Amino acid sequence: MSTEMRVHLRRWLSFFAMAALIAIMTGPSGSNNAPVQGLTQSFAQPYSYFGLFRAQRWMIFFTFALVALGLQTLWRRSGGGVRARTAVLRQGFEAPGRRRATVLSAVVVVALVALFIPHLISNPGIQSGIVEQVLAYVILALGLNVVVGWAGLLDLGYVGFYAIGAYVTAWMTGRLPIAAPFHHPVSSFAAIPVAIVFTMLAGVILGAPTLRLRGDYLAIVTLGFGEIILVFSNNLTNVTGGSQGTNPYIPSFTFRIGGLKYLFGNVGYYFLVAGFVVVTIVLFRLLEHSRVGRAWTAIREDEVAAESIGINPLKYKVMAFAIGASVSGFAGAVTASQIGVVYPSTFSLYFSVNVLTLVIFGGMGSIVGVIFGSILVQGIAVYLRFYPPSGYQASDLYMYLGALLIMMMIYRPAGLIPSRRRRREIYQAEDGIGHEGDVLLGEQS
Amino acid sequence: MSDLVFDVKNITLRFGGVVSLNDVTMEHRRGEILAVIGPNGAGKTSLFNSLTGVYRPQEGTITLNAREGHPISVIGRGAYRIASAGVARTFQASRMFSALTTFENVKIGAESHKGLGAVGAMVRGPATRRGERESDQKTFELLEFVGLKDQANTLSASLSYGARRRLEIARGLATNPVALLLDEPAAGTNPAEKLELANLIRRVRDELGVTILLIEHDMKLVMSVAERLYVLNFGSVIATGSPAEIRSNQAVIDAYLGSSETQTSEAS
Ligand SMILES: Nc1ncnc2c1ncn2[C@@H]1O[C@H](COP(=O)(O)OP(=O)(O)O)[C@@H](O)[C@H]1O
Ligand SMILES: [Mg+2]
Repeated sequence: MSTEMRVHLRRWLSFFAMAALIAIMTGPSGSNNAPVQGLTQSFAQPYSYFGLFRAQRWMIFFTFALVALGLQTLWRRSGGGVRARTAVLRQGFEAPGRRRATVLSAVVVVALVALFIPHLISNPGIQSGIVEQVLAYVILALGLNVVVGWAGLLDLGYVGFYAIGAYVTAWMTGRLPIAAPFHHPVSSFAAIPVAIVFTMLAGVILGAPTLRLRGDYLAIVTLGFGEIILVFSNNLTNVTGGSQGTNPYIPSFTFRIGGLKYLFGNVGYYFLVAGFVVVTIVLFRLLEHSRVGRAWTAIREDEVAAESIGINPLKYKVMAFAIGASVSGFAGAVTASQIGVVYPSTFSLYFSVNVLTLVIFGGMGSIVGVIFGSILVQGIAVYLRFYPPSGYQASDLYMYLGALLIMMMIYRPAGLIPSRRRRREIYQAEDGIGHEGDVLLGEQS
Repeated sequence: MSDLVFDVKNITLRFGGVVSLNDVTMEHRRGEILAVIGPNGAGKTSLFNSLTGVYRPQEGTITLNAREGHPISVIGRGAYRIASAGVARTFQASRMFSALTTFENVKIGAESHKGLGAVGAMVRGPATRRGERESDQKTFELLEFVGLKDQANTLSASLSYGARRRLEIARGLATNPVALLLDEPAAGTNPAEKLELANLIRRVRDELGVTILLIEHDMKLVMSVAERLYVLNFGSVIATGSPAEIRSNQAVIDAYLGSSETQTSEAS
């Protein structure tokens, strides 16, 4: 009785503490003159939530906490947690028929929604925001998922490849202070394959010597790589244009057949990049369920055992790294041509962390999870940019992302829609099979 | 002479001040079931790890003659290269891919010697699909061979100790090995499982023609399965010969068999 009470009490307290924390974090900031104002106003200020209703802020968050608590209690009472866990441990191959039907209907719904989005949103700013902030990030997160989720390598320099892809595009189209190759600028379309090849090479060159390193060392090396690229793009003024960015505008994609010319505008870019997303998904799904995907799993789970059956870990790690790099470079090339300018300030560490957050939030190793995670988080980011609540500043976003990650790690450590393998690994670690350290980074002790 | 799978000459392996192998010479003939016995800490696992490229002995040579007439030197080659050359192994503490099913574990072994194929995987042409079917087929055959067919879709982490050993054997066999190295396969298994295991080891050699090197604590199992033995103590070979010869060897009795009762009842 008393232990059960205590459990309940702790659950209540944790939910309300979380609500209070969110209230403070989303509340107004204090000032030198009134230092506690930020704190008091966080609770006492009347607040309009997404324009829906106005109430005291504490009431809103109190309600949220109650609803969340109710949902969680319901989920527990129905035995959902327990059932999900044992099902996961028992589950071998899924029953294909039923799953296929659900997956198919989900795909159809998502495709329909995606088809109508540009027609529902007429604001060109939001349209281009969706392309560069949501769709491009879906591609980026899918690429990083190969490295982090599948091969189990922590890559914090992902932005470096994105920058290389963007600068190669600027270079190929003749928008850098240095001349285009052979003094012959090409179209943005033609720059894409070159950007992919360059970033893939960069991935191999960086990966081959460094991927022998274990998790944390690799993270530091990649972090350094990202920073080096950032410093280069800022300071090599007569190559990159420096902090002023590239000049003149990188041309948008154009499409010519005979006399016909189609210039990709916002909607054009939307569908083009959405198409790229679909292609990436299809290719990566095939890759995941291929021998390469299984080899990555084997290496992540037990590198020594993987080697004992003839798998060369370094080769597969370099491969994952190069695939991730080229995807990042590809996204860089596409975004460069859409925005038209390449600024070094884009390529900060925050960028890599942002993409990593999407992967962890969505569910490491899970294509569906990463897609929905990216759409959700980046969608909210775009929304907040165009409809900022009072007191919101753009840089607050990272604070929210951090809070989001902390909560995910507590309540859904495997992510929003975890991959089956990852979910098993995490539950096994909780049940004492395997080592916790192996779960996140796949390293051996 | 050329019919040696492993030709080990005078290897010495040190870890700092610890000499775990001291001037070990060993011949492993093609097609035989050879056992290495010795007390705990004698260097048996170290020998295994040296043979499979995991450890690098500071002195001596190890020649692997997997395919006749193509000898390669083991020392200095990575573990995965020795594995692809035709040496499969199991581990003293079993190492499986525990988030994968039994079937997936073995399948990874079956397809590991095929090329890289990221492009092939993404294009998924006829060759890729044929390879996939072959791997599936082979995996099923091997699971049947080791008696794990009914547990094909079980998560490998939830298998019994005995089943895990057989899974490791199946995964090793899936790589088409010339030699299979078993590190204390009977550890942690019950008497019925030990009997099955002894049968399985014989069948691997007789039906699949795989040369076997066995490390084992359980004397009954070793004596019933092995055709020849090496006895290690403190990193040195102290005796070699048939089971009957080893049983009557005074040095072995002193070093090891004298305490065989306690050794046999040991858990791992
Ligand atoms: N990786 C290692 N690092 C340091 N010492 C080791 C290592 N591997 C084995 N040894 C040492 O080598 C000796 C033999 O160990 P091992 O080969 O595991 O014996 P066995 O398998 O016969 O029980 C032991 O003293 C052990 O401490
Ligand atoms: Mg041992």
